Amino acid sequence: MNIAAKSDTADASVVSHKITMVEAVNLALARAMQEDENVVVLGEDVGVNGGVFRATVNLREEFGLKRVMDTPLAETLIAGMAIGMAAQGIRPVAEIQFMGFIYATMEQIVSHASRMRNRTRGRLSCPMVLRAPFGGGIHAPEHHSESTETLFAHIPGLRVVIPSSPRRAYGLLLAAIRNDDPVVFLEPKRIYRASSQDVTDDGQALPLDTCFTLREGTDITLVSWGAMIQETLQAADQLLEQDISAEVIDVASISPLDMATIRTSVAKTGRCCIVHEAARTHGVGAEIAAELSESSLFDLKAPVSRVTGYDTVMPYYRNEMHYMPTVERICEAATILMEEGL
Amino acid sequence: MMQKTFDFFIPYNRFMNEQGKLEQALPEWSRDQERLIEAYETMVLIRNFDQKVVALQRTGKMGTYPSILGQEAIGVAVGQTMRKDDVLIPYYRDLPAQYLRGVRLVETLLYWGGDERGSQYQHCPEDFPNCVPISTQMCHAAGVATAFKIRGEKRAAVVTCGDGATSKGDFLESLNVAGVWQLPMVIVVNNNQWAISTPRKVQSAGQTIAQKAIGAGIEGIQVDGNDYFAISDAVQHALEKAHAGKGATLIEAISYRLGDHTTADDATRYRSKEDLKAGWEKEPIQRLRHYLLSQNLWSESQEKELQNKSTKIIETAVSDYLNTPPEPPESMFDHLFADMPAPLIEQRIDVKSLAGPGGTQQGSH
Repeated sequence: MNIAAKSDTADASVVSHKITMVEAVNLALARAMQEDENVVVLGEDVGVNGGVFRATVNLREEFGLKRVMDTPLAETLIAGMAIGMAAQGIRPVAEIQFMGFIYATMEQIVSHASRMRNRTRGRLSCPMVLRAPFGGGIHAPEHHSESTETLFAHIPGLRVVIPSSPRRAYGLLLAAIRNDDPVVFLEPKRIYRASSQDVTDDGQALPLDTCFTLREGTDITLVSWGAMIQETLQAADQLLEQDISAEVIDVASISPLDMATIRTSVAKTGRCCIVHEAARTHGVGAEIAAELSESSLFDLKAPVSRVTGYDTVMPYYRNEMHYMPTVERICEAATILMEEGL
Repeated sequence: MMQKTFDFFIPYNRFMNEQGKLEQALPEWSRDQERLIEAYETMVLIRNFDQKVVALQRTGKMGTYPSILGQEAIGVAVGQTMRKDDVLIPYYRDLPAQYLRGVRLVETLLYWGGDERGSQYQHCPEDFPNCVPISTQMCHAAGVATAFKIRGEKRAAVVTCGDGATSKGDFLESLNVAGVWQLPMVIVVNNNQWAISTPRKVQSAGQTIAQKAIGAGIEGIQVDGNDYFAISDAVQHALEKAHAGKGATLIEAISYRLGDHTTADDATRYRSKEDLKAGWEKEPIQRLRHYLLSQNLWSESQEKELQNKSTKIIETAVSDYLNTPPEPPESMFDHLFADMPAPLIEQRIDVKSLAGPGGTQQGSH
């Protein structure tokens, strides 16, 4: 689908497309590049090839070589160059082909991107986005399926954002690009093409630092993000059949974390189950649970529970579905909370 | 039979020997006497200042500091040769270049004295702050140079590092992209022979550091980094090339680290007296002084005047530094994000209330 070319039309600002998440990423990139000539895209195979997932398809044709840069195969360089450009007022959107290769950028992101504004007392800043597809479930080779968002979520000065649908990918990516600070934007590739949604190319960004309540409920709060929102919503459907009304929150901004929305929900439901694909120990779920134990103890009718990946290396794809939380595991955890609670 | 596919050649240049005697005719630009005097005066000022900072550290008034003793010519050449609108991406041993670019001595003191405002440079707003993680700044320079190229600006990114940094991936990845994208970049390696305790020969089996440029398809030059004329000439050549859109240059400037790695280091643990003595015989200030005296461009009375002037400049900077109160504790929150996220607002209130009245006075020098 030729999204970038489509958005070229005269009434681009009001066109609505039924598109997948990866197409929504492409649409947001094209929109941001049309709006601001400082927005550039760089990474491995992002130009002629349009990205290995086609997230940057047609951008090179529309915006030219200077704004869509195929880099040498060097992740540290991609992140470091983005920092240099950003300090110069360019707004680079750098793609790391898979999150499994993002670790080479850690020194650049942790030691420079996240602290450029602070260490120069606002003289220089780092308005860059580091995009990477992540997560399991597509039968990918070794190193292509991990969920390690918590590594970045611990770093002060950095935003970590994860969309869970085409609409949120569009709105959150626009927000990330327009933001004046560095954003790690992790795209759950399992749902890149899982479903389509009407997305209006109106240039409207969604707020960062904010959770989205996807479904209201009264008995239990299910908190999740990324691809796991699919299983979490299905679990909420099944729970309803057992007369359990689940509220579903999409965290979306992993860091900084919007605890206010989660606390308000838990104050209403009294129960909370956190669902994430990443390994359990030291995961983002642990932080949410700790926050709730500090602030919401007297609202809770049952302990906070987590349904997560295991503390193992992500198995190769023959076994990856046994690693990832399932609808059944979420329903079981929720049912236990309903039975064991006060 | 095997054939030759390509020939490589690494030039080495110097104009002036250790005694300040010319070995070849000086380049045209060296007729600018004011430039030579400024170079000498800056080298002397920076050496005196550098030794003062070490003394401040020894008396508990300064944090850990990396002395630049003996490597003053390189930074002076870089600082003098760059245009104001070029951008310097330094490492942490670039005091003379930064000083000539407009970084104030009090800012340098604040930075090493534990105050972030030391990188808020008032007079060179686009220059990068000191880079501590080794070699990472190379990639930033490639990004700055790319920004210039995207905007079609005839400016150059000048980046510096030590010999140890040339072993890191960031260095090689940046050289590589500088070549393939023909970036307006000047890379100056201060090969001072030591990466803390690791000598140059343990760092790489490469006969020169300059030859690392060859793998990236860019020009590599080795010069005597203690010869002000040689290093200036090389930087000038590289900058002219960068401004003309003719790509990047790697300059290996051979020097010697006469001090410890930092004030937290003790080089006597790993370095012989003979080695250090040989280093002192090659240092850059004496030889430029000999040259200037031999040309009647300098006199003993000027020397005395310079020493007095330097002392005054340094005393003023030190006094400004010691009299600068620390930032309030809550300042740690104030420049983290353009828009402060809600959780940080709560934490900031905590810090402020814990510090209480007078809390801002704690944690001084």
